[in-house]
Amino acid sequence: MDVSLPKRPASAKRPHILEERPIKITARDVNVYYGEKHAIKHLSIDIPDRAVSAFIGPSGCGKSTFLRTINRMNDTIPGCRVEGEVLVDGENIYDPRLDVVQLRARVGMVFQKPNPFPKSIFENVAYGPRIHGMARSKTDLEEIVVNSLKKASLFEEVKDRMGHSGTSLSGGQQQRLCIARAIAVNPEIILMDEPCSALDPIASARIEELIDEIQKNYCIIIVTHSMQQAARVSQLTAFFHLGDLVEVGDTDEMFTRPKDPRTQDYITGRFG
Amino acid sequence: MPDHTVKAYDEELGSLKKMVAHMGGLAEEQLANAIAAISRPDTRLADQVIAHDEKLDVMEQQIEEKAILTIAKRQPMAHDLRQIIVTIRIAADLERIGDLAKNTAKRTHAITEQMPRKLISGLARMGGLAQEQLKNILDAYAHSDASKAMEVWRSDEEIDALYNSIFRELLTYMMEDPRMIGPCTHLLFGTKNMERIGDHTTNIAENIYYLVHGRTIAEARPKKDATSLTPIATKSKD
Repeated sequence: MDVSLPKRPASAKRPHILEERPIKITARDVNVYYGEKHAIKHLSIDIPDRAVSAFIGPSGCGKSTFLRTINRMNDTIPGCRVEGEVLVDGENIYDPRLDVVQLRARVGMVFQKPNPFPKSIFENVAYGPRIHGMARSKTDLEEIVVNSLKKASLFEEVKDRMGHSGTSLSGGQQQRLCIARAIAVNPEIILMDEPCSALDPIASARIEELIDEIQKNYCIIIVTHSMQQAARVSQLTAFFHLGDLVEVGDTDEMFTRPKDPRTQDYITGRFG
Repeated sequence: MPDHTVKAYDEELGSLKKMVAHMGGLAEEQLANAIAAISRPDTRLADQVIAHDEKLDVMEQQIEEKAILTIAKRQPMAHDLRQIIVTIRIAADLERIGDLAKNTAKRTHAITEQMPRKLISGLARMGGLAQEQLKNILDAYAHSDASKAMEVWRSDEEIDALYNSIFRELLTYMMEDPRMIGPCTHLLFGTKNMERIGDHTTNIAENIYYLVHGRTIAEARPKKDATSLTPIATKSKD
C-alpha cells in the first residue's frame, strides 16, 4: 500500500479545492434585498470550476436566493435588488451591458420539481439548441440531443420513444431529462436547486452518479437539504444562515471538523 | 453544545458513553485484581480475573453493535461522528487492557512462594502506575477533557522508565541464578503487560484529543521503552 503524508498544512484557511481548480465564479460583497428584507448580507465567495459546490442551510437562509443571483433569475422578482459584484470568468454579470439571454445560456438550471416542457422527449432537449441557433442542420440537432441524453444517462431508457411526451417519464427520468435539456445548450455552469428532493432514493442515487460523471466538465452548484448528499457529491461546501455565509470550506473538512459552532449545530441536527 | 432536535439521538450517544464508562470501570477492577493476585500470590483471585474477562469481551461487542446501529440510523456528522468512532476505539483498547490483565493473572499460577518479594514489588509498582493512568484517562473521557488526557499521554514515560529498570533487574537475577529464569520470565511478561496497558491508555488519550479537537496529535509521543535495544550479555566461559 502506498502511504503518503497529507501535503496540505492542517490550518489552511483557504479551501484546498480552490488551489486545485480554476475559479469560475467570484462574488464580492453581494447584498440581495426583497423589498425591505435583507436576504443576503455582504456575501463574498469563490466557486471553483470543474467541481461541485454545495450550498446548505436551513430554509430561508439565502442559499437559493444566492443561487438565483448567478443566472440573474432574481431580475424577474418584483422588488428584488442586488448589490455588489458577481463575476463569472472575471466578468461582472450585473454589468448593464451584459446580455442576460446569453448569460442564461452559459448558466443552466435544474429545479426541485422536474419541469419538462409538455412536448416530446426529443423536443425538450432540442428546444434550447434550436433557439440559440446551435445546430446548422437536422443531423446536427439530432446529434446534440442524443449526446445530451447520453451525458444525462437517459438515452438508453428513452431511445425508442423519443417522440413520447416528456411528462410521460418517471420523476427520476424527468429530472434527468431536465439535466439533459440544461446540458444541451453547452453551459459552463449548472445550478441545481434541490434536484433530488422530489425523487426516491434510487432516482436520487442516479442523479448523484450523474453529477459525479459530469462534474469534470462543468462548474456545478447544488442546493440541498440533505447533509449526506452534500457530503457525498461536493468538494466545496458553503453554509448559509439568516442571510450570512457562515462558513465555506472543503467538504471533507466541513462535515468532520467545522470551525463555526453554528455549522456544527446545523450539520449535527442541533438547530432549535 | 445544544441538544439534538431529535431527543432519542442524544439518548443514544449518552448511553454509548455510559457503556464505555461502565466498561472502563470493569477494566480497572480487572487490572487491580490481577495485580493483587500476582503480588500476593492468590490463585483464587487470579481465576476470578480470568473468568471475568469474558464480560469485557461481551461489552466491547455490545458497544460496537450500538455504535454501528447509531451510525446507520443517524448518519452522524462532525463531533457526533467522532464521538461514535472514538467510542468504538476506546472499547477496543479497554478490551485489550482486559486481556493483558487476564494474562498477568494467569501467571500467578507459575509464580511460586519462594519468589523474592522485592521482585514482585517491582511489578506491583508498575501495575499501580498503570492503574493510575487508566483511572485518569477514564476521568478525562468522562469530562471530554483533552488537556487532562494529554497529561496522561505524557506521563506514560514514567511507566516506560520503570519498565526499563525492572527489565534490567530481572535480567541480573536470571544471570545470577538459572533457577530463577522460569519465574523471572513470567514476571518479565507481567511487567511487559503493564507497559502495554500504559500504551493503551495513551491510545485512549489520543482518541480523546481527537474527539475534542477533530485532529490527531501532531507531536510524537515520548517513548522511553528501550528494552528492545538492551543487549543481553552472557558470561563467556574461559
